[in-house]
Amino acid sequence: MIFAEVSQDPIDPAGVLSRVGASEDGATLLFLGVVRDHADGRGVSGMRYDAYAEMARSVLLEIAGEAAGRLGTERVAVVHRVGELEIGEVSVAVAVSSPHRAEAYDASRYVIEEIKKRLPVWKEEHYTDGASEWVEGTVPPGTGAAADADLGRLSVAGDGSS
Amino acid sequence: MSVPVHTLFFAAYRDRLGISELSVDLPAGSTVADLVAELRSRGAPFDVLPEEPAVAVNQTYAFLDEPLETGDEVAFIPPVAGG
Repeated sequence: MIFAEVSQDPIDPAGVLSRVGASEDGATLLFLGVVRDHADGRGVSGMRYDAYAEMARSVLLEIAGEAAGRLGTERVAVVHRVGELEIGEVSVAVAVSSPHRAEAYDASRYVIEEIKKRLPVWKEEHYTDGASEWVEGTVPPGTGAAADADLGRLSVAGDGSS
Repeated sequence: MSVPVHTLFFAAYRDRLGISELSVDLPAGSTVADLVAELRSRGAPFDVLPEEPAVAVNQTYAFLDEPLETGDEVAFIPPVAGG
C-alpha cells in the first residue's frame, strides 16, 4: 500500500520499512536522507525544514504513485520530516519492495530525485559560525512564466542533505 | 465585482515579507500574473517577489496565466529544497 506523510515528529526508519515487503518480494530497499555537518565547505550545526504541508503530502503521494508504476508493486512508503533537525537526524525516508532489485533501486532513486525537483519543502541551514541561510533550491516544473517557457528552465544547483 | 484570493508565503519569501499570508482583492478576470503585479506595485517589501515566481493555485503548481477565482489559495513557492 502506498504511504506518504509529512511529519513533525522524528522519523522511525524501521516503522517506514515495515510498511513495505511481501512474500513475493525478493528486494526491499530503505533510503535515508540524513542531516550532515557541512555544506560547501561551511560547518553546519543543524537544519530547519519548512513545508507547504498540505500540498507537500499530496505531491509526495503523487511521486510515490509514479514510483509504484515503475516498481510494479504498490509497496512504496515515504516520509519527509519538517521542523528543527540536528546533525544525524533523518530528514527523509523512502522504503520500497519488489520481486527483483532493479525495479526497487530505480523506484527508490526516482522518489528522492523527484522530491528534490518538486516537493514544496525548504531548508534553512544553521552554520557553526552562528549564521543561518535558506538553501538555494530548484524551480519546480509546471509553474512560473508560461507553459511554453517551461522547457528551457534551468534549475539552480542546490544539493541538500542527501 | 472583485475577486478575493488568499495568498501564502513560505521560507525565504515569508522571512523577507515578514508575513505568512495575506488576503488580496483583485478585479474580476485577473490571473496569477495580475496578482504578482498588484503585490509588486505595493513596493517594499513586496518588491522582493520575483516578476515570474513559481506559484501553486489550490495546492497545484500553476503558470502565471492561470485565471483566479473567488477564494483561490495562491502560494508563492521559493525554489524548493527538500530531501
